[in-house]
Amino acid sequence: MSDPERPLPLDGWHRRLGARMVPFAGYAMPIQYEGILAEHRWTRSSAGLFDVSHMGQLLIAGADTEKGLEALLPADLALLKEARPKYSMLLLDDGGIIDDLMVTRRGDHFYMVVNGATKEGDVAHLEAKLPRTVVVDHMKEQALLALQGPKAVDALARLIPGVAALSFMTAGAFEFDGIKAWISRSGYTGEDGFEISVPAGAVERVADRLLAQDEVRPIGLGARDSLRLEAGLPLYGHDLDFTTTPVEADLVFALSKRRRAEGGFPGWHRIAKELVDGPVRKRVGLAVAGRQPVREGALVIDIDGNEIGKVTSGGFSPSLEAPIAMAYVPLAYAMPGNSVSLASRGKVCSGKVTAMPFVPHRYHRKGVA
Amino acid sequence: MSVYYSKDHEWIRVEGDTATVGITDFAQGQLGDVVFVEVPEAGQGLVQGGEAAVVESVKAASDVYAPVSGTVVEGNQALVDDPALVNSDPEGEGWFFKLTLSDTHQLNELMNADQYRSFCDSQ
Repeated sequence: MSDPERPLPLDGWHRRLGARMVPFAGYAMPIQYEGILAEHRWTRSSAGLFDVSHMGQLLIAGADTEKGLEALLPADLALLKEARPKYSMLLLDDGGIIDDLMVTRRGDHFYMVVNGATKEGDVAHLEAKLPRTVVVDHMKEQALLALQGPKAVDALARLIPGVAALSFMTAGAFEFDGIKAWISRSGYTGEDGFEISVPAGAVERVADRLLAQDEVRPIGLGARDSLRLEAGLPLYGHDLDFTTTPVEADLVFALSKRRRAEGGFPGWHRIAKELVDGPVRKRVGLAVAGRQPVREGALVIDIDGNEIGKVTSGGFSPSLEAPIAMAYVPLAYAMPGNSVSLASRGKVCSGKVTAMPFVPHRYHRKGVA
Repeated sequence: MSVYYSKDHEWIRVEGDTATVGITDFAQGQLGDVVFVEVPEAGQGLVQGGEAAVVESVKAASDVYAPVSGTVVEGNQALVDDPALVNSDPEGEGWFFKLTLSDTHQLNELMNADQYRSFCDSQ
């Protein structure tokens, strides 16, 4: 028997809006409201509001926090400026990925956002491995919203004018109706947008104010998954896990230059070797022929019928109106344009290795209009 | 003409020894936006409870089982070309296939509309 799902702070709000609730990461979460295709397209053309309060929000503080964290992840925290979220990963000694995350320096502490399904394990790992001078505060009373899409800035800046000055991967503290909010210009859809951390007791007021903006509709987990797949962004537990390294997962951008050279984080020996010699396998995008989606678990097979890899995420791309997928394949097959076969449910179809993202990112980068 | 329903959420409209099969409004609501449908070809023999068609939504793939045994007369090509018909008109234009019944007694095991409504309420 598994534990019953816990309600999110916005549980009643989701149900009032007609969401279909499903168990996810130990919570009852909205999979969809009006429908995944409509919600997906709305986010790409206007602004979608996502409740991601299941994610873990941590405050990590105390003497030697920076050094202690650098021993667990490959980001260059010494170089990390105030209020600049950085994508990173907690790593195992063999280079496998415990979780992927965002870490931000905030004054005398670091603010970390980790995945909902893995947060308890992450906290235990951090508490076991960090120096005893460091305290990990799992902020269970903090909710998290994401507002994503080309009109997200119009909607949010109407309520909090200061957010328009943020650029992609910068953050700041804001106040709105007496509610303290930590807002970063970031997200998981490939669109411009924001992630908004507020106290759970105030989140319904914030969600209502955002939803009252014409540009904004509520978006469920179903469209969150199809949006991130089109954006080429990996999902932990599917495209990333204990057996995948950052190099195999094509996340080399997250390995800071100094850390690559100096090491001092778990898995460095294997990762350094893979950076020089190339990994055995690599995460790639696949454009799938025909209309039938290929799902997680489908086999990638070569021209002789040998199994050479597995699909880790797959579905139908509403923007491209075609099936797309992510898979791990041997390095020799990882070049865009290579053809492979995909076998699932007793059927075989063809796929072509494709550069990701499948749908171009539209982030609001500094210095770009 | 009579309409029957299965526990797998298919409807079967029977005229003489010919039946039209599709999935119910309840089923399409559970599936969400349908993006792919595969239907059986004319001449194919179907066994009650066996796989007959495939329906995939954005989030999941499902099999459609034959509610009764028989021989396929026609698969709905319009549905293959426009899978969203399952969502917009599941018990009309969104039909999956027509078949000739091989054993009309199998219809006795299915539900009528009232029984099916109670069955859905209990789901």
